[in-house]
Amino acid sequence: MEFARKVGAAVINALSYLGSLARLAGRAAFAAFIGPFLGRPVRFKSAVAQAMEAGVRALPILSLITFFIGLILALQSAYELKRFGALNFVASAVAISMSRELGPLITAIVVIGRSGSAFAAEIGTMKVSEEIDALETMAIDPVHFLVTPKFIAMVLMLPCLTIWANSMGILGGSLFGVLQADFTWIRYIHASLEALFLRDIVTGLIKSFMFGVTITAVGCLEGLSTGGGAEQVGRSTTRAVVVSIFLVILVDLVFTTLFFFLGAH
Amino acid sequence: MISLRDIRVSYSGREILHGITFDVQRGETLVILGGSGSGKSTLLRTLVGLEKPSSGEVWIAGKNFSAISETERDEIRKKIGMSFQGGALFGSMTVGENVALPLREHTKLENSTIDIMVRLKLDQVGLSGYEQYMPSQLSGGMKKRAAVARALAMDPEILFFDEPSAGLDPIIAAGIDQLILDLKQAFRMTIIVVTHELASAFLIADRMVLINKGDVVAIATVKEMQNSTHPRVRQFMDRVPEPAVAQELDYLQMLTEQHPRQGAPSPGKSR
Repeated sequence: MEFARKVGAAVINALSYLGSLARLAGRAAFAAFIGPFLGRPVRFKSAVAQAMEAGVRALPILSLITFFIGLILALQSAYELKRFGALNFVASAVAISMSRELGPLITAIVVIGRSGSAFAAEIGTMKVSEEIDALETMAIDPVHFLVTPKFIAMVLMLPCLTIWANSMGILGGSLFGVLQADFTWIRYIHASLEALFLRDIVTGLIKSFMFGVTITAVGCLEGLSTGGGAEQVGRSTTRAVVVSIFLVILVDLVFTTLFFFLGAH
Repeated sequence: MISLRDIRVSYSGREILHGITFDVQRGETLVILGGSGSGKSTLLRTLVGLEKPSSGEVWIAGKNFSAISETERDEIRKKIGMSFQGGALFGSMTVGENVALPLREHTKLENSTIDIMVRLKLDQVGLSGYEQYMPSQLSGGMKKRAAVARALAMDPEILFFDEPSAGLDPIIAAGIDQLILDLKQAFRMTIIVVTHELASAFLIADRMVLINKGDVVAIATVKEMQNSTHPRVRQFMDRVPEPAVAQELDYLQMLTEQHPRQGAPSPGKSR
């Protein structure tokens, strides 16, 4: 009985947390897409600065990581494909698994580490130093002021980063293809493009858009719910990373399942 | 101008304020006095709408603050200024941008006009020429002055101060007191100050409210407060510490009350 009560309480907690996330994301989306038509302009400069920080500055590390991931994918799939003498399928294996799954996912994880944590730390510190309260007493909505620019930046930048990550992964795979599988660069890229359908890329991009919403909502919600004191900021930051990774994987699962059954007929 | 009617505020089931009632007249400076943990900061947060009272009403400028829509509340908030204890300046913006923020968000003024107003407000608090500084480059006293400049940006009718002299040396603190007096004389604003600094309270107040453990102990003018015979007021005015626990038995009970079952005295303690 005690056990059932605890499970029930945990489920209710999780659902109410998801509810808060959805509410926050909804408010940010409203302010981003509908607010401007109601005479409440978005803080465009701030959104650009966030896009610069979350997107452009992530390029070097994201490129390196996805290049290696592409190379690893090629090595791993070649290990199995070699037994069937089908080494020329390495290109399509890398291209498809990058664009459908690993490109969006690795991008999301890099962005969680760089930006999701930074959102929670920034907003958490502002909460602790009463800056959020100051916004409210100045009749400035903290969600509109702080969350919306981040939201816009993330839902635009994550798909862009994902496209970049896909190409870097394919480039990483091509290194193996050229050195070990008798491809030329041109033929490898051709083979990759042959293997890809538009829907492989689009499903990846839809997922990455949803990841952007998730990461922003979790990072900002954790920041906004920071209690008093500096150690709480640290806790919020940690929670933002852990919860974001978990939810991104969950969203990934939901959408992959959805695409699987939608694509079946 | 401001009217509190039986305000009660609870945090997670624990009641902090047990029914506070008083009025603030237009143009007067009211100081809310009280020790640490007396609930005076919670009271201030309730006054500006950061805390929702569990019951009771806050009337500001003729509107019941806890019963109006968010839009109406924002309209009232544009007429109040609040200076927070630590300043609460936005660390990512310069001092000038901090002061300009409410103007940029709520008015359609030209940038050049806003610049002039920012300079004017900073000049009023004695910080002219600091527009381009970041808050982290300012000392504690300057941060508070900058925060006052930001609170003044929208020419508020009511100004709130949370512990204006906390954490400042006596000279800088006296400077902040003087600033409040200047504002009072120059603009006839309604000013509400929360503090535990007696000297500063006596200097700036027209009337005082003494809060203790979530209750109003006394509301009086400065003179009445000084001459009060109320034991709690005297204790606060004369800076008498809380009396030590009188009875040894009470003390023992206090120590053991979290473990009611382990009531048997340990052999080492009995005489």
